[in-house]
Amino acid sequence: MSVAEGRFEGSVPSENSLPVSSHSTAQTSTPLNSTLNSTEWGMIAFLLSEVAFFSTLIVTYLAYMGKDQAEPTPAVLSLPLVIGTTICLLSSSGTVHLADLALRRGSRGTFALLWSLTILLGALFLLGTAYEWRELIERHHLTISTNLFGTTYYTLVGFHALHLTVGLIVLSIVLILVLRREVKPSHPLAVELTSWYWHFVDTVWVVVFTVVYLVSR
Amino acid sequence: MAVAEKRRELASLPWTAALHEWVTTVDHKKIGVLYILMAVVFLVIAGIEALLIRWQLFYPRNNVLGPDTFNQLFTMHGTTMVFFMGMPILIGIGNYVIPLMIGARDMAFPRLNAMGFWATLFGGLLVYTSFATGGAPAIGWFAYAPLTEHTFSRSSATDLWALGLVISGIGTTSAGVNFIATILGMRCPGMALHKVPFFVWTMLWTSVQIVIALPPLTAGLIMILLDRNLGAHFFDTQNGGSALLWQHMFWFFGHPEVYILILPVFGMVTEIIPVFSRKVLFGYEFMAAATAAIAFISMGVWAHHMFSVGMSRAADLYFVIASLLVSIPTGIKFFNWLATMYGGRISFTSPMLFVTGFLSMFLIGGLTGIMLASAPWNFQLTDSYFVVGHFHFVLIGGTLFGTFAGLHYWYPKVTGRMLSERLARWQFWLLYIGFIVTFVPMHISGVLGMPRRIYTYDAARGWDIWNQITTIGALIQVPSFAIFVLNVFWSLRKGKPAGDDPWNAWTLEWATTSPPPSYNFEEIPTVRSRRPLWDLKHPDDPDWKYEQ
Repeated sequence: MSVAEGRFEGSVPSENSLPVSSHSTAQTSTPLNSTLNSTEWGMIAFLLSEVAFFSTLIVTYLAYMGKDQAEPTPAVLSLPLVIGTTICLLSSSGTVHLADLALRRGSRGTFALLWSLTILLGALFLLGTAYEWRELIERHHLTISTNLFGTTYYTLVGFHALHLTVGLIVLSIVLILVLRREVKPSHPLAVELTSWYWHFVDTVWVVVFTVVYLVSR
Repeated sequence: MAVAEKRRELASLPWTAALHEWVTTVDHKKIGVLYILMAVVFLVIAGIEALLIRWQLFYPRNNVLGPDTFNQLFTMHGTTMVFFMGMPILIGIGNYVIPLMIGARDMAFPRLNAMGFWATLFGGLLVYTSFATGGAPAIGWFAYAPLTEHTFSRSSATDLWALGLVISGIGTTSAGVNFIATILGMRCPGMALHKVPFFVWTMLWTSVQIVIALPPLTAGLIMILLDRNLGAHFFDTQNGGSALLWQHMFWFFGHPEVYILILPVFGMVTEIIPVFSRKVLFGYEFMAAATAAIAFISMGVWAHHMFSVGMSRAADLYFVIASLLVSIPTGIKFFNWLATMYGGRISFTSPMLFVTGFLSMFLIGGLTGIMLASAPWNFQLTDSYFVVGHFHFVLIGGTLFGTFAGLHYWYPKVTGRMLSERLARWQFWLLYIGFIVTFVPMHISGVLGMPRRIYTYDAARGWDIWNQITTIGALIQVPSFAIFVLNVFWSLRKGKPAGDDPWNAWTLEWATTSPPPSYNFEEIPTVRSRRPLWDLKHPDDPDWKYEQ
């Protein structure tokens, strides 16, 4: 998938057919009057749908915030642990970006290192969440069916964790593809789009963290 | 040459090879046809559900069907028509036509396209398996909480309904993603966004709405499933959950949904009117701006479906104003269509006949919509048959008539044959008259106080005559659908050969063969105006001389 290099032919219509382009490259290449190719637009449209989805979960969390008559409340959430996992996730956005730059520079080794670090940091986030949830369930007896806080908390954080898990799987697949030299370093579309998705997951977490751990606690 | 050879080759293959071809296809044209066929099958099923409803409502205190069966029927009728007929048929037509119109060889993501179709179909089948649980869900297509909680809907029918819609919703959202990527990233050289055929523009905005409006529904459906299966309390009013939250969530999806059902139709009609008036579209830029305005405003009017739940006066006022506002860009479109026809050389061949039906009926539906947008009027008529009359006018008068116009317009391109004009006329008039007889009386019974979703009524109410007229109207419509199906299949074999461009039209799909080869165009064209075929046919007076 390469950026188009087609020349724009002046349209001199031939007798019975439409003027044709010298555009012989695949149509996922960029037409002249657009800055993004179709695959990039596709990822943007997909991320827009995800924004709509997470917005609904967040609005629901906010709607039910403070409405519980029964314990436990958000006070049971542990800020230090989550600050730790948040630092992991935010750093992973940094490493994924640096990895992308490294690959475009041609440093496949640096790319592999930074990309793997991204996966590791993401996995650490998940481990932290798993630990947090075990504490919440066993010590505070908070489950999805306990009260409104339990219902909205597990749904919101759970769907984020699910999206993060899918992201880790995709990151791993892309790592393998790059190592097998199946991704073009000059325009690594798979790497670029995966990193966009990863930044999105991170941004959702920033919002969730703010709403759940800062505002509602 | 190559096309004819390929056709002969395909015709000699065993039917298993053809079946395999269709089941595994990633070609946008075949996927488009699959979507349309699926939609027509579900149209018939949902139509039968409607006829059963009308049979039960023929006499006061009728006992053909009991209340629970009746509730299942209107639930499934609404769910099927919206999710498994309306959206699929429009996505199907878009799938077939859009790549051709922009000079592309396929959609941006062909395999995702196929997945979207099969997910939609599978979701529909899953919803219908609910009958095997002892009865379909009886919750209404809008599934108001807390009726959807396990306490009140014991069987797994509701779970199958919710899960089926989650799956088909993923299919629909993926179609939206595909259209956006295709339209923004795969236009042929020279086709700037302000030069795309109008159907392409409306499909783009429809897709933006799909991508923004479907996920909130999916989230809500997941919440229902969590409530029912994991003991969550989203809509569990006995434990702090809010029935109102579901209504907001559902209608935040539900209102853009109805614009998803009408914007593609606006696009199709805008393709047909100029061709059959032999006159260029009046005010393309204003039409385009109006489309974008409708898409934006429609995302902010959802609570006009909820005027009677007890929102604050400020909230009510906002939703009244916003709902009235959306009528302005719609009106602009209407006037531009009329201005295009005015002074043109109009021919009422079947596509244009259906467009005329669309214009007259959608106008009425739009006017009753404006009436309902006024909160005091709404307080009296919400949940009455007036609303049922309104939305059938916009959905059948608008979506269905417009879709038939599009199907009659593009059938020659898809099949290489013309539809029978005679059968099309019979279909149109039976549908038009039947439709008016069915749905006009609903406005009257609604004003006389008849509520929605009741399985019977007392004779003393005076509603019986209006219900009887409605049921007769429904029976008049039945043969029109049969004639349509007959026309489609008869014309496949016996229709007049169409050639590349039977309507003397101006957009790129008419530049290739009917049907097109699998690769659409021998060579990707370059365009200079909104009407590339006009430029080709009139090299002395091309459009690009006049367009900005």
